[in-house]
Amino acid sequence: MIRNYDKLIFELSKEGRSGYSLPKNEYAAEHCICGLPAALKRETGPELPEVTEFDVVRHYTNLSNKNFGVDTGFYPLGSCTMKYNPRINEEIAAMPAFAALHPDAPAEAAQGALEVYYNLAASLAEISGLAAFTLNPYAGAHGELTGLMIMRSYHLQRGDAKRTKVIVSDSAHGTNPASAAVCGLEIVEVKSKADGTVDVEDLKPLLDDTVAGIMMTNPNTLGIFETDIPEIARLVHECGGLLYYDGANLNAVLGKCRPGDMGFDIMHINLHKTFSTPHGGGGPGDGPVGVRAGLEALLPNPQVKRDERGMFYIDTDDKSAGYVSGFLGNFAVLLSAYTYILTLGRENVKLVGPLAVLNANYVKESLKDEYYLPIDGVCKHEFVFDGLADKSTGVTTLDIAKRLLDYGYHAPTIYFPQLFHQSIMIEPTETESKETLDEFIKVMKLVAKEAVETPDVVKNAPYNTPVRRLDETTAARFPKTTYRQLRV
Amino acid sequence: MKYFPHTQQDIEQMLSVAGLRSMDDLFAEIPQQLLFNREFDLPEAMSEVEIRKFFDTLGKKNSQLVCFAGAGVEDHYAPSVIAPVISRGEFLTAYTPYQPEISQGTLQYIFEYQSMICELTGMDVTNASMYDGTTATAEAMMMCVSIAKKRRKVLLSETVNPKVRRVVETYARYQGVTVERIAEKEGVTDIADLEAKLAGDDVAGVILAQPNFYGIVEDYSGVADMCHARKALMVMNAKPSALAVLKSPAEWGADIACGDAQSLGIPMCYGGPYVGYLACTNANVRKLPGRIVGATTDVDGKRAFVLTLQAREQHIRREKANSNICSNQSLMALFVTMYMSVMGKKGLEEACSLSYSGAHYLAEQLAATGKCSLAFDKPFFNEFVVRTAVPAEKVLEALRADGILGGVRIADDMLLVCVTEQRTKAEIDRFVEIVRNI
Ligand SMILES: Cc1ncc(COP(=O)(O)O)c(C=O)c1O
Repeated sequence: MIRNYDKLIFELSKEGRSGYSLPKNEYAAEHCICGLPAALKRETGPELPEVTEFDVVRHYTNLSNKNFGVDTGFYPLGSCTMKYNPRINEEIAAMPAFAALHPDAPAEAAQGALEVYYNLAASLAEISGLAAFTLNPYAGAHGELTGLMIMRSYHLQRGDAKRTKVIVSDSAHGTNPASAAVCGLEIVEVKSKADGTVDVEDLKPLLDDTVAGIMMTNPNTLGIFETDIPEIARLVHECGGLLYYDGANLNAVLGKCRPGDMGFDIMHINLHKTFSTPHGGGGPGDGPVGVRAGLEALLPNPQVKRDERGMFYIDTDDKSAGYVSGFLGNFAVLLSAYTYILTLGRENVKLVGPLAVLNANYVKESLKDEYYLPIDGVCKHEFVFDGLADKSTGVTTLDIAKRLLDYGYHAPTIYFPQLFHQSIMIEPTETESKETLDEFIKVMKLVAKEAVETPDVVKNAPYNTPVRRLDETTAARFPKTTYRQLRV
Repeated sequence: MKYFPHTQQDIEQMLSVAGLRSMDDLFAEIPQQLLFNREFDLPEAMSEVEIRKFFDTLGKKNSQLVCFAGAGVEDHYAPSVIAPVISRGEFLTAYTPYQPEISQGTLQYIFEYQSMICELTGMDVTNASMYDGTTATAEAMMMCVSIAKKRRKVLLSETVNPKVRRVVETYARYQGVTVERIAEKEGVTDIADLEAKLAGDDVAGVILAQPNFYGIVEDYSGVADMCHARKALMVMNAKPSALAVLKSPAEWGADIACGDAQSLGIPMCYGGPYVGYLACTNANVRKLPGRIVGATTDVDGKRAFVLTLQAREQHIRREKANSNICSNQSLMALFVTMYMSVMGKKGLEEACSLSYSGAHYLAEQLAATGKCSLAFDKPFFNEFVVRTAVPAEKVLEALRADGILGGVRIADDMLLVCVTEQRTKAEIDRFVEIVRNI
């Protein structure tokens, strides 16, 4: 592989080259685009590269060689559930019978697609213990926003306009408070206890009739199960609020317990985490939102329903919280997730959580002498170290992350959650074998040893990657975000 | 199960390292009443053979129709080289490029994507992608309000796609932002109405479309000055494929350009995934949501790319965030980047030219049938509205019976019809023939 390849596609450009082929324009002159008034046309064309088709293939193949994915190696990025992405999912997602379907095709011409949507929604409802799902939101954060809109609408439709606060844990992912802000809600932070779970005593005084609800994830972002959840649910419901579940951590409990049974009223699922759809270098994913019985009408429009004859149709509900997407979500991603669920089947879905949790505990227990484990005990699908156990080396979490790249691993999530200064958040997922984990453990121990013996080696890592540490300060101070800016 | 590598022996050894005796011990702290103790009501596991048959059967329940529908999603040509390259595991199975040293592939294509989107729109900067055109426009609305600080009103032209409008209106409602509609007049934005609504000096932004929902290319001469004189930002929701030919948002004087880049070859896929784009002038970059990639160098002086200006982002700003977007549509950004590379300026122009000619030919031929007439006398691009003599639904049914998706019904007697470079003259003639025989 040619990792030193360093051209931009623009730098391959040569006037006169082209990579496309289109049919001839055989229409009469009176239909020519030249008839469009000049005042509506641009003066100079966009400067796009002039390259051949082959240039494009080779260029992007070379770029791919400078990338690391789950297919490349172990990717223990906490909170992101980087499990294996089966190829059959993508094969199904690309089937022309779905890929060539226009979203405004009438329902009778899209019965297969609507059935996929309907049945996937039903499967997610069963898996999470809620009554109904929308698959329209495009990602986890989009699901959060949708869920909060539902929460807000629920109160408003009951004539309760003063509930404008949302309680968020201090260990919550940044999107939780951000989604609340975008939904026009005020954020109140609840503290966590030393063991990382929500402090019920700190929560109680926050609960009053201005509270719309609480956002939690369980297990929380530290990988700790919130055992007080029944009590928290009781308290929040008693005060008239609703409980929102951030499904980013659903993989931990898949098959073992369900958010609906824990007392949650609304939740999202990241299909690109728990349900194995590829992360695509940052997306697309999909963020289905589920609600408990009684809230179904509030799901965003459009809604997919089935009539008495078993025909599927697209409906809208006046009570709906609104529209959050153009159509019915990232539909191809839905196909991919549905394929995964059907491949696992009822007998295997329930093994996902237990095996993911087993892998996490195995890694945690194997490394807790070398790395500082602030919260001991059985974790769920992930856990957090607060840097090295030996605090005298001056080697930071960032250094450790960079050194891992040299050894062929993607780094864990670092500096999140923000509860600790040197967070290293590790999530192995259930699809990694004991052998892979053993190798990783060995390398983590080796890095810890290097930190003591040759700290500078770690501090200056990586060495073996396509590029080494980057000057991020200059990038931010003098931003160059396009080729045009780069050339001047 | 083929996705689980654990042998019984592995499980035993791993449990023992973790100091546990059984798999149940992994969940010992969970209150009993929360444990899920029955079988899931789901089908049994399917083999790959069964999966393929299962989805084949489902696929056959969809009709394969020759597509003349647009209304925001069009049936464009996608070069064959895109799918195999974007499916490479190194692209497909990576996540957000948090570790730039091993993510230069992703970071560089985002940089190229940003460069090309800026070329098309004429804007200075864009982010790494939004979910789709509807949410990108909602984010543009939020940018306006955030930049204007005290103003909490935006104007939204009735010629903007209703699917975009309803998402903008939903977001605005929860934010306490007032959305006022600018009237449509003969298929285009009523500029007098816009001017009147700007007069209160309380408008943060004005959202317009190009081409508009009816396929009409609007003349926005003077509109930017009108907005700026009232300290309102001008937002243009524009179709990127058409920008190879049309005056760019920047040339019209827009401050923000946004929309859906599905028209750059992305399969229709029953609504997604597509990719929203959001671009703006340098003056507003600090309020631009989402991720941005910038060029820099590594310690050895090698050129490299990195996520930059991150202080704007939700993981830093938390409750002060203007946007909550985290995962985006990165792979689809790669899709359109490859598309624009293969097509180049000339290919894009030629695709526009074919679509334009086809649409104008179809419009003329349809009018000649006497069964419908062009609804507006305005310059259009590759999409147009016809008024039908019989109910539009009847026209669509007749076409569907012959394997054609004839467009999108936008009123009882109005049909929005779209032609792309994928439609042949023969297909267009067949469309006309069917309408003539109704
Ligand atoms: C705990 C948690 N919540 C929410 C999100 C947001 O999800 P998405 O990136 O799909 O929008 C993430 C994802 O990174 C997460 O880890």
